[in-house]
Amino acid sequence: MKFSYFPGCTLKNKAKDLDNYARKCAEVLGVTLEEIENWQCCGGVFTTAKDEVATKLSSVRILKDALKKEQALVTVCSACHNVVKQTNYAMQNDKEFAGKVNRYMAEDEYNGETQIYHYLELIRDVIGYDKVKECTVNPLAGKKIAAYYGCLLLRPNSVMRMDDPENPSIIEDLIRAIGAEAVVYPYRNECCGGYVRLEDAKLSDKKSNAVSESAKKAGADVIVTACPLCKYNLEKSGCEIPVVYITELLAEALGVKEDTNE
Amino acid sequence: MSNSKKYLQEELIRISGVNPKKCMRCGKCTATCPAYDEMEYHPHQFVYMIESGDIEPLLESESLYKCLTCFACVERCPRGVEPAKLVEAVRLAAIRKQGNNRLTANDIPELIDEDMPQQAIVSAFRKYTK
Amino acid sequence: MQRIGVFVCWCGTNIAGTVDVVAVAEALKKEPGVVFSDNYQYMCSQAGQDLIKAAVKEHNLTGIVVCSCSPRMHEATFRKTAAAAGLNPYMVEIANIREQCSWVHKDVPTGTEKAIILGKAAVAKVNLNVPLTPGESPVTKRALVIGGGIAGIQTALDIADAGFEVDIVEKKPTIGGKMAQLDKTFPTLDCAACILTPKMVDVAQNEKIRIFSYSEVTEVKGFVGNFDVTIKKKARYVKEELCTGCGACTEKCPMKKVPNDFNLNMDTKRAIYIPFAQAVPKVATIDADYCNMLKNGKCGVCSKVCAAGAIDYTQKDEFISEKYGAIVVATGFNPISMDKFDEFAYNQSKDVITSLEFERLTNAAGPTAGKLLRPSDGKHPEKIVFVQCVGSRCDACNEKGKEYCSKICCMYTAKHAMLTRDKYPDTDVTVFYIDVRTPGKNFDEFYRRAVEEYGVHYIKGMVGKVIPDGDKLIVQASDLIAGKQLKIDADLVVLAAAIEPDKSARPLATMLTASMDTNDFFTEAHPKLRPVESPTAGVFLSGACQGPKDIPETVAQAGAAASKVIGLLAKDKLTGNPCVAQSNEMMCNGCSTCERVCPYGAITYEDKEFRMPDRSTLIRRVASVNPAVCQGCGCCTVACPSGAMDLKGFASEQIIAEVDAICK
Repeated sequence: MKFSYFPGCTLKNKAKDLDNYARKCAEVLGVTLEEIENWQCCGGVFTTAKDEVATKLSSVRILKDALKKEQALVTVCSACHNVVKQTNYAMQNDKEFAGKVNRYMAEDEYNGETQIYHYLELIRDVIGYDKVKECTVNPLAGKKIAAYYGCLLLRPNSVMRMDDPENPSIIEDLIRAIGAEAVVYPYRNECCGGYVRLEDAKLSDKKSNAVSESAKKAGADVIVTACPLCKYNLEKSGCEIPVVYITELLAEALGVKEDTNE
Repeated sequence: MSNSKKYLQEELIRISGVNPKKCMRCGKCTATCPAYDEMEYHPHQFVYMIESGDIEPLLESESLYKCLTCFACVERCPRGVEPAKLVEAVRLAAIRKQGNNRLTANDIPELIDEDMPQQAIVSAFRKYTK
Repeated sequence: MQRIGVFVCWCGTNIAGTVDVVAVAEALKKEPGVVFSDNYQYMCSQAGQDLIKAAVKEHNLTGIVVCSCSPRMHEATFRKTAAAAGLNPYMVEIANIREQCSWVHKDVPTGTEKAIILGKAAVAKVNLNVPLTPGESPVTKRALVIGGGIAGIQTALDIADAGFEVDIVEKKPTIGGKMAQLDKTFPTLDCAACILTPKMVDVAQNEKIRIFSYSEVTEVKGFVGNFDVTIKKKARYVKEELCTGCGACTEKCPMKKVPNDFNLNMDTKRAIYIPFAQAVPKVATIDADYCNMLKNGKCGVCSKVCAAGAIDYTQKDEFISEKYGAIVVATGFNPISMDKFDEFAYNQSKDVITSLEFERLTNAAGPTAGKLLRPSDGKHPEKIVFVQCVGSRCDACNEKGKEYCSKICCMYTAKHAMLTRDKYPDTDVTVFYIDVRTPGKNFDEFYRRAVEEYGVHYIKGMVGKVIPDGDKLIVQASDLIAGKQLKIDADLVVLAAAIEPDKSARPLATMLTASMDTNDFFTEAHPKLRPVESPTAGVFLSGACQGPKDIPETVAQAGAAASKVIGLLAKDKLTGNPCVAQSNEMMCNGCSTCERVCPYGAITYEDKEFRMPDRSTLIRRVASVNPAVCQGCGCCTVACPSGAMDLKGFASEQIIAEVDAICK
């Protein structure tokens, strides 16, 4: 099975582990991720204003490339996923916006035809947790892992459609599939403060602390996330338990994690 | 309402795609907002003040830069009002004015450290700069 | 050639405001067949009707066109007027120039032009009308009530009181419905069981009433006065006529882990059970999903302990056919699922409950014997937060909730808050509200008492998120008056979940050909003037199946529905609708297409002898319509490939004449 793959800017730099292990694990699970050629940064956040067209063109190009190859598109970074998915939704549902975008584009019109999977959805809906269990050579038994969803994977649900936005289970199900214990805690779908760290680090610290304290109180040994900014914010705010990427944890279970990190 | 106020109101409604008249004044958006403590005007006030045309104070407010765009208010609003989209529209109206960029490239070196993901910087530029 | 009179109504300014009525009357005067045309302020008034009658006599009219409101409003009125003047009532046609014209247009020239066109179409049709005579059908003097809650119980009792037989079909093992689950009732705080159970006993003892419990309606045929209904009596594996309700089986059954739906699954029951002590009929039922004997043939304890020998593991579903003259729908409501509202953590914490669960937690017959204890640890809650409007008043595009106000929540929440403060003065009670809606006799006084005498804190604002934190629930909410975001540590959170029609209502509406709104509430024949009748003749509405209602309203509506049923059953014969299908036997090719599409089973085929021109006889298979069963829907007329089917009063040539008149 081959899929188009959009890693995004952070995964090529500060979040190389997220990218590297995503590819490795996919291969183990029988899926090949083909990186889109000459992609550009999605912009990190989706601008909800309808008259913002230029800021969304890079996402449309990525989506069009996947369509040209007749492949579904896979993303890993939560932020990229949110931007690309919201853009695709706007292309499907906002005719005026889609018209403006298409006037910038060479060749055929695009109207949101590409199917998008977040890596977690790829595992749940295409690969299946049974296959993950089967391929797990190093079950993480005894490990108490807290899934941190943040906001971008789940909201707005009318567009994202990943899981129950208030009581999700997609990461917990994966944690269980690799033999670990999933720790459910109330702040797992709350915001870490995001990009506001640049503007108001205190606000970001406060939000991130609420998340990490909540996970710690629930007994977690480690927090997993799919978002580089969530990881950074939690770590910067002094989170006492390790924060790792979901793909890194998966790599450990599938036996493809390198011994020395970095 | 004066013509200029009305124009601004219509502009915000148009670019956000939000109809503030759908609001039933329950305050759930504000109840759920994670940046509540840092905000001067809260999500329900954005909706109400835009509906009533009282937009100037919002344009001037620091609250514009405290919204985390976490979509909690959008997700939980029973009326489908989508307050975050209105906050974004007002923010754009503010920073699109010449000289009103909140963040410039020169500010960056002071704000970042070597671990900061690129995502944070590009996002901040999207939100604070035109 | 017809002699047609045209009567244009102003309806005050309703029509005359956007239609030049004088011009309409003048224009229609020139239409073929029209010998008289006039206008009047209120054609439906006595003076207006007199004007019509006088014109019929003076001008020897053979047909009438009234340009007025919708035929749903006054067609019957003007038909009576025509009959009083000696005309066949089916020689009257209505041109709807109000709902379909003046109300939807804003300027007079457009409105006038359209009114003239609609008038011309009606004139063209009357030119082809022929007098029709309705047939008569007998009335089966028995009623069926579907649903055995307080609505169905009251309707059945009132119908029986007038001397007619009534059957109640209830899908649960006992009648009583939601009211049986309630603790106290607002605004007088009488105990629900104390006022309901005597009525349940009255039902059981009434010779005119039969109860089909644990039963469902599976098929409805026929029409007003003559319904044929199939009722499925589900196997309860207990012989109803033998069971004494002693309860020995329910004590001895070894399968103890069956979720008790009567207590909203907050405790357990046995696999053989009687839902509650005052159940009617007081007969045990076996839950086949849990009974070991039924599942794998191992057990049989209930059979051994039953002194009456009532247990029958071989019992099968039974189908019963009954005839009724009238059907009352009383299928009631349920709270909506809280699955899509997990910002309130209903699925994440046992201590977040719905208001109906709260009723059971305070009911002496409930899982805690009436002591208010937290479901998680059985501790007494010291701080309770009530959240109103959960899933009510949502935007139409919102996929989670309901657009309407559920109407009963403000009052029951005030009741819960007040009773909690009364019984447990140490408990702090907060209610989050968007609006407090208390129209009703002594309702607002009741709510104010909760605040002023019982010290319930009412906060204007909504809860945004409930965060389960250890053994506490952090309620994050808005206080819009104080302009604050609150974080309250609560022990128990109670959600006033929106209510929705019972899921059985939709398939039932299909069986009854009764219409529903987008929320699956049954539609009334007229929202103000015929609130307890469905637009389908002979089908009546009682209780929350028509819209959210409290108990006093439900009981009032139940009585009203009963009186409509009694009015129907008191008649010996019903006048039918003469606008029924008829088959032109010379054109019919016997293909059976019409028989297959007829939703009422009104068409049969027979072999008929025809005399041919050469005097020989030929036997042909042709369609025949039973005019008493036909409802005049017209399905057969469009399905018939040879054009043999036509509808009296709406013949194809009449419709084409109307279209021609419009397009001319």
